[in-house]
Amino acid sequence: MLKEGRVRIPSGCAISGIINKKGKRFSGADIIKSIALMHDRSNGLGGGFAAYGIYPQYKDFFALHIFYDNLSIKMRVEEYLDRYFKIESAGVIPTKDVPSIQNKPMIWRYFVKPFVFAIGENNDENEFVAQSVIKINKDFDGAYVFSSGKNMGTFKGVGYPEDIGEFFKLDTYEAYAWTAHGRFPTNTPGWWGGAHPFTMLDWSVVHNGEISSYDTNRRFVEMFGYKCSLQTDTEVITYLFDLLVRKHKIPLEKSIKIIASPFWKDIDRESKEIKEELKTLRAVYSSALVNGPFSIILGFQKGLIALNDRIKLRSMVAAEKDDITYIASEESAIRLICPNPGKVWAPRGGEPIIALLDEEIK
Amino acid sequence: MSLDLLTPSFEVIRDENKCIQCKVCSRQCANLVHRYDEEDNIMKADEIHCVNCHRCVAMCPTKALKIRKYPLEFRENANWTESAIKEIYIQSQTGGVLLASMGNPQPFPIYWDKMLLNASQVTNPSIDPLREPMETKVMIGRKPQKLEYGKNGKLLTKIAPQVELEIPIMFSAMSYGSISRNAHESLARAASELGICYNTGEGGLNKDFYKYGNNTIVQLASGRFGVHKEYLNAGAAIEIKIGQGAKPGIGGHLPGAKVDEDVSATRMIPVGSDAISPAPHHDIYSIEDLRQLIFSLKETTAYKKPVFVKIAAVHNAAAIASGIARAGADAIVIDGFRGGTGAAPARIRDNVGIPIELALASIDQRLREEGIRNEVSLIAAGSIRNSADVVKAIALGADAVYIASAAVIALGCHMCHSCSTGKCNWGIATQIPELVKRLNPDIMYKRLVNLITAWNHEIQEILGGMGINAIDSLRGNRLMLRGIGLNEKELEILGIKHAGE
Repeated sequence: MLKEGRVRIPSGCAISGIINKKGKRFSGADIIKSIALMHDRSNGLGGGFAAYGIYPQYKDFFALHIFYDNLSIKMRVEEYLDRYFKIESAGVIPTKDVPSIQNKPMIWRYFVKPFVFAIGENNDENEFVAQSVIKINKDFDGAYVFSSGKNMGTFKGVGYPEDIGEFFKLDTYEAYAWTAHGRFPTNTPGWWGGAHPFTMLDWSVVHNGEISSYDTNRRFVEMFGYKCSLQTDTEVITYLFDLLVRKHKIPLEKSIKIIASPFWKDIDRESKEIKEELKTLRAVYSSALVNGPFSIILGFQKGLIALNDRIKLRSMVAAEKDDITYIASEESAIRLICPNPGKVWAPRGGEPIIALLDEEIK
Repeated sequence: MSLDLLTPSFEVIRDENKCIQCKVCSRQCANLVHRYDEEDNIMKADEIHCVNCHRCVAMCPTKALKIRKYPLEFRENANWTESAIKEIYIQSQTGGVLLASMGNPQPFPIYWDKMLLNASQVTNPSIDPLREPMETKVMIGRKPQKLEYGKNGKLLTKIAPQVELEIPIMFSAMSYGSISRNAHESLARAASELGICYNTGEGGLNKDFYKYGNNTIVQLASGRFGVHKEYLNAGAAIEIKIGQGAKPGIGGHLPGAKVDEDVSATRMIPVGSDAISPAPHHDIYSIEDLRQLIFSLKETTAYKKPVFVKIAAVHNAAAIASGIARAGADAIVIDGFRGGTGAAPARIRDNVGIPIELALASIDQRLREEGIRNEVSLIAAGSIRNSADVVKAIALGADAVYIASAAVIALGCHMCHSCSTGKCNWGIATQIPELVKRLNPDIMYKRLVNLITAWNHEIQEILGGMGINAIDSLRGNRLMLRGIGLNEKELEILGIKHAGE
C-alpha cells in the first residue's frame, strides 16, 4: 500500500479547540478530555494536538519536531540542519508507553535559528525555515518535519487522540491555546506524518471534511513554491493561509473572505466600495476558494480562528465562558469541560469565529 | 469539359404515395435539386447537387422525403477510400485547392469522450443545485500576482478590466459576411439575455448591433476589416485573432458574392469585392510585435477593455501561450483543430493543428510551471459539443469556453459542410436575402438562450454531484477527471489519472 502523500486519502474527523484570551496557560488535560468524548468520530488511525505558548524559554527559536524512520536518515537531516541552522537544543520528545500506540518512529525535537548567511538577501527567516521544511519533507525520504513554529508545537501519531495525548504526556505541557484532532480516514497506511494537525511555521490546521476543490487549491499554491507532499486537505488549507496572510500580507479577515468567499448574490447586495473589494478578492483568488464540506480550526501565535464552508456541510459549535473560547465538532465536547458556558452558538457557513489574544486586539 | 467523373453523394428518395406535388422542396432548395415536371405531374431530383442539408426533408408537409448516402460502392480498399478517390476527380477537373467547411471530420481521437467525471459518495455530500446556490459566474481578464493592502486595511490594488460572464460559455467568432445578419442578431440578443458574450469575427460590427456592446467581443484579424476606433471601443473586450483551429497558418477569404451593400459598409470594402485576410498580420512578425499591437489597442481604448489573443492549437502552443501571457494579453484563446470554419482548404483543416484537449492541458500546466497561470484567463475553443465537454475543459484548466458549431446547430445548421457555397438553406451561412429571411431572429435567439440555459443546468448538476458549489473550484481541478482507454503518454499530457486509479 502506498504511503500517504503518494495517494490521496479522504477522512472524516472530530476537532476541538480551547483558547484563554488573556494568554493564561493551562495543561493539556481539558483538550484531551474534550476530544476523547468524540471517540466515535475517529477510528484510531490518527490523532493529534497543537499547543501555543509551550516553549517560553525558547520563544525565539523555531521548534522543529521531526519523525525519523531510521538512524541513517536522522544523520542526514542533522547534517543538513547543522549546515544552515544554529541548534540551541536537541533531544528526543519525551513519551510514555501506551499499549495502543505501536510502530512508533523516532521522534526528535530541535530548537533552531537559521544562520544569517543561509537566510540570504531577502532577510526573511520565516521563508527560509518554510522552504527548509518543504525541502526536508520532499527530499529526505524517511524524515518528516511535523512542527516548525516558534513557542508552539504539534504532537501527533497513529492512534486515538486521547491515547496520543497520553503518549506525548500533554498533561505536563502548558499552553494558552490548544487544538485537537481525531481522524477517521477511509483507509490509511498508518503513517504518523499523515495524522493531523498539519503545520507550517506557526500555522496549525485541524480540519474535518473532504474538500472538493483540492486539486484546484493544490495547483494554485504550488505556483507559489509550495509542494503538497501529503495530498491532504489540511496541508493545502495550511498553505493557503500561509500564502495569503504571511506571503501576500492579506489581512486575516479578508483572507477568510477568500477561503470561504461570499456568494455573488450576496456580494451584489453590498455597498459599492465593499462590493468592488469583494469582487476583486474573488476574481484574483478564485482558485483559493475552498469548496466542499469543512470545519477547520486555524491556530497561530495570535489565537484561534474557526471556519465552516459557506453552506455549512460540517458541524461546528462554539462557546464562551469568561476569558475562554471553546470550539468543537459537537456541543457535548464543550459542555464536558465547561458545563455552564456563558454563550453557546453554531456559527453560520462562512462566518468565522475569531478568538484572538486580548493583547493582539489592542 | 464534357466528362464529369463525379457521382452523387446523396440519394433523394421520394415516396410518390405521400408526395402532393406542393413544390415546397423545390422552393426551399437553393442548390436546385428538386424540380417539378409539369408533363408527368411529379417532382424530380437532380441528386448531384444535394448536400444533405435536410431542409427539404424538414419542410415537406407530408414527410415524403428521405435522403440517403448514395448507394454506390467503390471496390473495398482501406487505402483508396471513396473520399480519397473523389477528391482526385475534383482536383483533376478543377486544378484547385479543395475547399471544405465546418470542423475537422476525420476520425482522430476525441479526448473529451475518453475522460470521465467524478461524483461524491459518503465522505463528502453532493449538493442539490435546486436547493443550494450553485455559482457559474466567471471573471475573464488579467489578474495581478497578489493584492496589496495598505496599513489602514484598505485595498490598494486596482485590477485590470474584466469581462463578467454569468455562464462560462461564449459564442465564438463568426463574421458578419460568413454568416448572415439574422444569425448575428440572434447571437447578439442571446448573449445579452444570458449575460455572456458573442464575438463579431473579423467582419466589423454593424451599426445596428452597437447596442449589444456590453455582450460583444470585437475581433481584429489580419485583414483589419471594419476596424476603427469606435468599433474597438464598442465591445466588452477586443480579440486579436492570430489563428483559427480549422485553418492554422493561413488567412481567410470571403468571396465577393457575399459582400452586399450592408456587408460592404460594415467591413469598409467595396461591394462585390473579395475580402482576403492575409495569413500573418503584417505588423506582427514576432512576439514583441504582438506586444506592441496589444498595447496600441489598450491605448486606443484607454485601458478599459481586456485584450484577448486567439491562436490555433499547434505543436508548440504551450510556449507560444506563455509568450502571449508575457506580452500583456488579458486572456488567451486556444482553438483546437476540430473548430469550425465557413471555408478552409480541406488539406489544412484535416491535417494541421492538434486537439484542443491536449493543447489546453499542456498550456495550463506550462503557465503554472512558470507561475503565471493566475495572471491570464484561458479560453478553450474548437469543438465543445455539450455541457460535459465544458465541464471537462474547465477541469483541465480553462476559465471559459467558446462555442460556434454548437451555436449554429441551435440555429438550424444540419452540418452539411457546405457553408463555403454561400447557399445555406437554413439562412445561416449565406447573404442571399430570400435565404437569410428564413432565419427569424425573434425565434432563433430563444433557441440559443434555451441551449445555454440547458447546458448551465447540466453544469450545475454535475458540479453539485462533485460536491462543488462554485465553478471557481472546478478550474484546473484535474482530480475530477479520469482517463479511459488512454496510454501513459496521453494521461501524462492531460495530467490526469486512469479510471480505477
